[in-house]
Amino acid sequence: MSETKAKVRAPKVNHETKAFWEATAKGKLNVGKCDECGEHYYYPRPLCPFCFSDKTRLAECTGNGVIYSYSVNSGKEPYTIAYVTLAEGPTILTNIVECDFAKLAIGQKVKVVFYDTGEGNAMPMFTVA
Amino acid sequence: MSIKGKAYIAGIYEHPTRLALGKTLPQLHAELAKGALADAGLSKDDIDAYYCAGDAPGMGGIDMIEYMGLNNVRQIDSTETGGSSYVLHVNHAAQAIATGHCKVALITLAGRPAADAQEGARFRGGGETPSAAGFEASFRPTIVNMYAMCAQRHMYEYGTTSEQLAWIKVAASHHAQHNEHALRREVVTVEDVVNSPLIASPLHRYDCCVITDGGGAVIVVAPEIMKKLKRPAVKILGAGEAPKHLMGGKVDLTYSGARWSGPKAFEEAGVTQKDIKYASIYDSFTITVLETLEDLGFCEKGKGGKFVSDGNLISGVGKLPFNTDGGGLCSNHPGNRGGMTKVLEAVRQVRGEAHPKVQVPNCDIALAHGTGGLLGSRMGSATVILGNQDS
Repeated sequence: MSETKAKVRAPKVNHETKAFWEATAKGKLNVGKCDECGEHYYYPRPLCPFCFSDKTRLAECTGNGVIYSYSVNSGKEPYTIAYVTLAEGPTILTNIVECDFAKLAIGQKVKVVFYDTGEGNAMPMFTVA
Repeated sequence: MSIKGKAYIAGIYEHPTRLALGKTLPQLHAELAKGALADAGLSKDDIDAYYCAGDAPGMGGIDMIEYMGLNNVRQIDSTETGGSSYVLHVNHAAQAIATGHCKVALITLAGRPAADAQEGARFRGGGETPSAAGFEASFRPTIVNMYAMCAQRHMYEYGTTSEQLAWIKVAASHHAQHNEHALRREVVTVEDVVNSPLIASPLHRYDCCVITDGGGAVIVVAPEIMKKLKRPAVKILGAGEAPKHLMGGKVDLTYSGARWSGPKAFEEAGVTQKDIKYASIYDSFTITVLETLEDLGFCEKGKGGKFVSDGNLISGVGKLPFNTDGGGLCSNHPGNRGGMTKVLEAVRQVRGEAHPKVQVPNCDIALAHGTGGLLGSRMGSATVILGNQDS
């Protein structure tokens, strides 16, 4: 399977997710962080899904992670969907791009790459580290 | 308080169509209701409770109640957990009957995705929360690749193979050959499955269920109603339901909500896995069956691949006959929702009315399990255990 570039689809943005998506335009990947229980979580939301505290904020990630699982979609333009476990803990849904899909494996180290949507934000995807 | 022995399934009906060109969605629901009433020996005016899910047109159950001319409904429930909804409805109807809120509950499911596709209409997909949509939809999740990632992870952690998953489809196909209404009646081999085209790795076309129109209906009644009817009594012994999701990012794709719905149902029914003579297991994909069997305790976690191999799910051959109608993998997955047909075949087995070639001898206790939503993100799981009059 050859090198495949990402197909970019702009996300739906609302008041709850605005700060997360604005940060992506600056090349920053955030997760939710709870200052009450200390957990990192994904996707970000105002109330912590672990302890229900509202003492939460966005926390910037290194962008490094490993593939938890993945699937290569067949078809004319194959693409790879994946869950990537970030160095900070949370596992997030994303795409794996710009690499040989046939060589992918669970546990593979990956790093974030951003794709501009043209709508003031960028999609965080991952490629082999 | 328990539902055990407080309610019975008195009537069932599965629509014979697999392509409903020329029939509307409400029409299908109504035809299904009529069929289940005829099976039970009841009339429309006997219905005092109506249950439906997101496949029903209009607002909750209200529009279908009006369309069908149901005039005595005093209990309404439109619980929506995707394809498993109807398994939850059986539980909720039994609860409402046990607490004296109704005596004759009607549950319907209908869909026409195949006809919609031919007519150029877009299938109405499941909704996502506004937050999740932004964080998921843009990465092009499909139903298949979201289940495929579960299979990929299960293979990684437990050494499960494509050949082992294939055995699930093989077993379903052995059963489907005897079902005259099944969409796919051909018997397939493990080689056929693993050589069918990859849709989303590691799932092949034959790892996926069929897309069909039609639906099904169930009538749940109070014990005093059942006594007046001529059909074999199918007693509801126990039920359980549980959502399972992404846990704030602590994702684990190797198990389903059956891990929690199963024990609840077994406890209420007062039976164990060894008592189950037949199991209807939701089979949107082969991996759905494999994880569910482990979670329900039919085998150890991680040993599902070995358990399903060598025909162990084939009636008359293996230890746990499953989906003897051919299941969603071969026969029917109406409206992309397979929970209803799981209940229907379990009822047929307990009644002794499954096809003679697949009927389990002395099937006194059966289980039906539904998995709605996506195994790869958020789901609603539901288990019901049914028994005959002596159970």
